[in-house]
Amino acid sequence: MKFGVVVFPGSNCDHDAFYAIGNILHKPVEFIWHQSQDLANCDAVILPGGFSYGDYLRTGAIARFSPVMKSVEKFAKSGGMVLGICNGFQTLCEAGLLPGAMMRNSGLRFICRHVHIRVEQTDTPFTNAARKGQILKIPIAHSDGCYTAEEADIAELEKNKQILFRYTTPDGSNDSAGNPNGSMHNIAGICNRERNVAGLMPHPERAMESALDSADGLVIFKSMVEALVGAAKATA
Amino acid sequence: MATALTEIKVTPEIAAEHGVTAEEYSHIQKILGRDPNITELGIFSVMWSEHCSYKSSKVHLKRLPTRGKLVVQGPGENAGVVDIGDGLVAAFKIESHNHPSYVEPFQGATTGVGGILRDIFTMGARPIAVLDSLRFGEITSNKNATPEDAAKNRRILDGVIRGVGHYGNCFGVPTVGGEVGFEPCYSQNPLVNALALGIARKEEIFLAKAKGIGNPVIYVGAKTGRDGIHGASLLASAEFTEESQQKRPNVQVGDPFMEKLLLEACLEAMQTGAVVAIQDMGAAGLTCSTMEMASRGGTGIEIDLAKVPQRETGMTPYEIMLSESQERMLLVAEKGREREVLDVFKKWGLDAVVVGTVTEGGLAVIKNHGAVAAQIPAHPLAEEGPVYNRPLAAPAPRVESEKDWFHFVPEKTNLTENFRKLLASPAIASKRWITEQYDTSVRTNTLAGPGASDAAVVRIKESEKNGIMRGLALATDGNGRWCQLNPKVGAMHAVAEAARNVAASGARPIAATNCLNFGSPEKPEVMWQFSQAIDGLSEACNALGTPVTGGNVSFYNETLGKSIYPTPIIGILGILDDASKALKVAFRNAGDVILLLDGGKGVSSEQRLSQEFSSSEYSKTISGIVAGEPPAIDLTAEKRLIDCLGALASAGAVQSAHDISDGGLAVTLAESCFAANGLGASVALSENAPDEYALFGERGARCIISVAPANLAAVLATARQYGVGARELGKVTRDAVLRIEIQGHAAIDSPLDDLRDVWANSLERTLTAR
Repeated sequence: MKFGVVVFPGSNCDHDAFYAIGNILHKPVEFIWHQSQDLANCDAVILPGGFSYGDYLRTGAIARFSPVMKSVEKFAKSGGMVLGICNGFQTLCEAGLLPGAMMRNSGLRFICRHVHIRVEQTDTPFTNAARKGQILKIPIAHSDGCYTAEEADIAELEKNKQILFRYTTPDGSNDSAGNPNGSMHNIAGICNRERNVAGLMPHPERAMESALDSADGLVIFKSMVEALVGAAKATA
Repeated sequence: MATALTEIKVTPEIAAEHGVTAEEYSHIQKILGRDPNITELGIFSVMWSEHCSYKSSKVHLKRLPTRGKLVVQGPGENAGVVDIGDGLVAAFKIESHNHPSYVEPFQGATTGVGGILRDIFTMGARPIAVLDSLRFGEITSNKNATPEDAAKNRRILDGVIRGVGHYGNCFGVPTVGGEVGFEPCYSQNPLVNALALGIARKEEIFLAKAKGIGNPVIYVGAKTGRDGIHGASLLASAEFTEESQQKRPNVQVGDPFMEKLLLEACLEAMQTGAVVAIQDMGAAGLTCSTMEMASRGGTGIEIDLAKVPQRETGMTPYEIMLSESQERMLLVAEKGREREVLDVFKKWGLDAVVVGTVTEGGLAVIKNHGAVAAQIPAHPLAEEGPVYNRPLAAPAPRVESEKDWFHFVPEKTNLTENFRKLLASPAIASKRWITEQYDTSVRTNTLAGPGASDAAVVRIKESEKNGIMRGLALATDGNGRWCQLNPKVGAMHAVAEAARNVAASGARPIAATNCLNFGSPEKPEVMWQFSQAIDGLSEACNALGTPVTGGNVSFYNETLGKSIYPTPIIGILGILDDASKALKVAFRNAGDVILLLDGGKGVSSEQRLSQEFSSSEYSKTISGIVAGEPPAIDLTAEKRLIDCLGALASAGAVQSAHDISDGGLAVTLAESCFAANGLGASVALSENAPDEYALFGERGARCIISVAPANLAAVLATARQYGVGARELGKVTRDAVLRIEIQGHAAIDSPLDDLRDVWANSLERTLTAR
């Protein structure tokens, strides 16, 4: 089992994702340079947060054209596991690997704080270790996190149970009150129809230890590890 | 400035326009043995500007203590460096970007942050935290601020906050703390002081000393444009007038993405072992970096400007040398290994060009397409600039009597109502709305971000041993109002409070950095304030064992002849041997005992009480009185408290700690409750003083801690051992009420939800009001 963390120029959560996997979960992990088309036999690819290519033009809009994304697309289409966090989520949307787009936060300001998200589906490689309805406390840090899509696309997401995480209040009682950025349907994270590509705006790699106020992000990475273990067994 | 400057013949008048005095001009003629050409004059004018040369402050700065057993690098390099153990060092420094932030708040603030980050990674250290100390004019209209002023100040604040946030957020460094203050004097001259902290291995620290004759000089980073020409000399080294808005073209423009690439590329290039020296291009750009590197290395330097990557066409040598385009570095590589260095920058998509060589003999030769454009001996330029021992004069003593001071009239005072007003005042209200616009958690080291502890605390992953990591704590402080009333005592308080904050986070204060914001040095009263403040800083830094490792002086903070309050901002760095033992302000458990730790003695005379209280936040907010004196300071008491807190923290005997500062004991208790969602406090004071003083007085050397009942005896014993008074005030309670009783009567008895609402939301309401 090996994780790869893509490094775009301007990625700034690459080290954090690397540390979360390597030092906290003690799983093999390596960086993948944006100009490389070689995914180094990784079994799961993380597109980390940051400001890839400065996020000029639009968040993630330039990153999607980088050489590494050609390989990531191929990898994803062949069933490989890809998780985009924050800027990585934006890049996956720009690349068309996930539906929708990210607009400026409804308050038009950068927001960094802990938010609460509810796990809506557990039959994915990103959530299989979680309980359905489990509420996770995870920080966000973004200016452009307002998830937006055509109503028809949202209906598809709902119908196919592709919405993995929704913003909510700490007790899970009021989703829109817990929505920090105006995302449609309080969407914090989604997956593709095939369920092997996911993106979310909150940063689970920043919520891996109780010393940092929350270890709720662990469950997402543990899910990925379990899915990879399962996949390895299945092919063995 | 017109482009055809090369042909201009330099006259004393042109020199004067460059801010060069007649005396300085003849000194230039002496160094050169001839008249300077226009490019040379430009170079001298920026190098000898107040901002770059410290010509008015040098004689005073010498009095600051700069040595200590942990100091690896004191003032004079890009940043101070201290040993934090295990082969690691911390590089840190604070710098101002005040004038640009007034002229163009967003860009001014971004480039302020960018500049200080570059200073840190130039040393080979990876930046891990930023703090910002900000001062603005009043943001609500009152008798000192018209609605138009207040609206303007809110706009400046908004631009600065967005700028600070944007740069750090994009660069990927957490903005973990700092403070924000408001006084009418900052209305035309806000203060934006940015502090950055970085970590490196001790043997991998880089200095800005050109070495090795024949070694190539390499320019890396952004292209040079016409932005920021004379930023340091005209913007930062002259006071403001009504036309200052026209200086907008002098403000630099920041690009944090470029800086992030520059960071990664520089650190990677340094790892090749082929980099000999490196210096960032900040104030005075290419001029400062070439001249200082050569001067420090005792070498000469020769560069050809035609090779400098340029963003615009037709730039003259004058413009190229004086441009303050951001995100650029100059480095010296080992001869024959330049390819290794250039390759790293190419990998990161950055311009990197060999522009010259290190030469023998100490002459800096600036060519343009092979023709000499300027030729100056580097050392005299960098080190023999003017030094002024400017006249000092104490201002006329303030004519003040008891009737100008705050009067305690208990029968006419609604304490709860005033408490609410105090909690709602911008100085004391929660800064959440501001700090949420900063990425505080990137790099996953932030153990205590804004407001969680009295100091920001980050852990050092590189120091991990058997699961234990060291931590670094940082706090900035500086009370301009107190320094205006008494610059020496005010400056001592700034050091004491920053050190106390660091101690209240559980860390041991080890070193200081300072940013000295003052008015025009050409005014004897301002120079007197400056000199007094230096005396105060020296005394306090000596007493508390925190040598000054660097910093920055910002003079000319005045507009239309009116200067700001003298505002020395002090940043103190502390070490936690075990980062997991960091203390936070939040109460933890109902039933815990609340103790007042007091290193000093109370105030005895009623008159002195009233005099000191007149300088408090309460006095300003409630009665509009700003007078009297700052609280008397007792540095030995501060030291006792700091040492005691350190001992308590490392023993793990304390549940929470929060020092008493702005707004006094009542605000301290309230904040410890607010941070602990759902808990309250019930305390009884036995102070023999008016209620308002007991609740809101700001005397130093005090801290509120909470302790589990089982640890009480041990904590009291430790306090005794350190000579610190420890008074049991009451308990943390389960009901969310703050109750403060004074000599048997309830002075404050309020539901916390009510208090929290004004504290938590006032700033946002003020700043987002339409």
